[in-house]
Amino acid sequence: MPNLFSEARAGMAAMLPVALAALPFGMLFGAEAARQGLSVAEALLMSLTVFAGGAQFMSMGLWADPAPWLALALATFVVNLRHALMAASLSGKVAAFTGWQRGAAAFLMADETWALAERRAFGTRLTPAYYFGVALTLYVLWSISTVAGALVGGLIPEPGRYGLDFAFPAIFICLITGFVKDWKALPVIAASAGTALVLHATVPGMWFVLGGGIAGITVAALLPVGRRA
Amino acid sequence: MNGATVLAILAMALATYATRISGFLVGHWLPDAGPVRRAFDALPVAVLTALIAPVILSGRAEMAGAVVAAALALRAPMLVALVGGIVTVALVRAMG
Repeated sequence: MPNLFSEARAGMAAMLPVALAALPFGMLFGAEAARQGLSVAEALLMSLTVFAGGAQFMSMGLWADPAPWLALALATFVVNLRHALMAASLSGKVAAFTGWQRGAAAFLMADETWALAERRAFGTRLTPAYYFGVALTLYVLWSISTVAGALVGGLIPEPGRYGLDFAFPAIFICLITGFVKDWKALPVIAASAGTALVLHATVPGMWFVLGGGIAGITVAALLPVGRRA
Repeated sequence: MNGATVLAILAMALATYATRISGFLVGHWLPDAGPVRRAFDALPVAVLTALIAPVILSGRAEMAGAVVAAALALRAPMLVALVGGIVTVALVRAMG
């Protein structure tokens, strides 16, 4: 059995650059929450319990006093539906986790955590120590940056000025290149990107992720098997 | 803390958890081979691509950054590719 400590440390090291890129966004969220009238404790509570950047930013656009809880919950469910697909893909790779560990792993499965866990499972066995090293590093830094942003508010520089808003696209590009091993990935990428672009231009919300993902995996299912490049 | 705010936050947390745990619960029904298996094996690439495609094709700077990041990612550590992509985007934007 691989050393628990070295697995956890490897997970933390893999997440660290990604979590650093998330810091300005956590601060932006905290500042926006403060502007919408949430206290620092309430902003932190959201980052600790919801822990989904896209949904958290979306909720700030819908926020009112008193908070429309049902509309917020439904919108959150729709924005996060992509996580059902992501988790279904990851479930076979966490099958050796205990039930309790799987429950916690689902709670912490943000986009970036899922992507790094999939990348790890692509090359070697995904251990609970590695997974939680990845997941908790993001969880802690996201919460700290939320509090920092809620406290300093409007002093935060716009990430777009330094190209920092491109950090996540760049990280995901790196991860995609790691998954591509033969030509069969190309039609999947083309179908996924093309569908996502059309949906992004025509349908409001995050449906482009779900629609693009489904188009990509449909192509993968229909591709002929056993042919060589 | 405000009661309505806490209720809304916890409802959002529950909605998020429902999406994540549902995937874990259905996952073990997946077959070991065949089209459904191939679909799920392709899922990471398909979802990651869908997630970033609109951003990458939204402007000249983003397209240039994507090309640089992808080229670097094939032969350099991730951090180098990440910084290369970000610097490219910032430079192209600065040139206007």
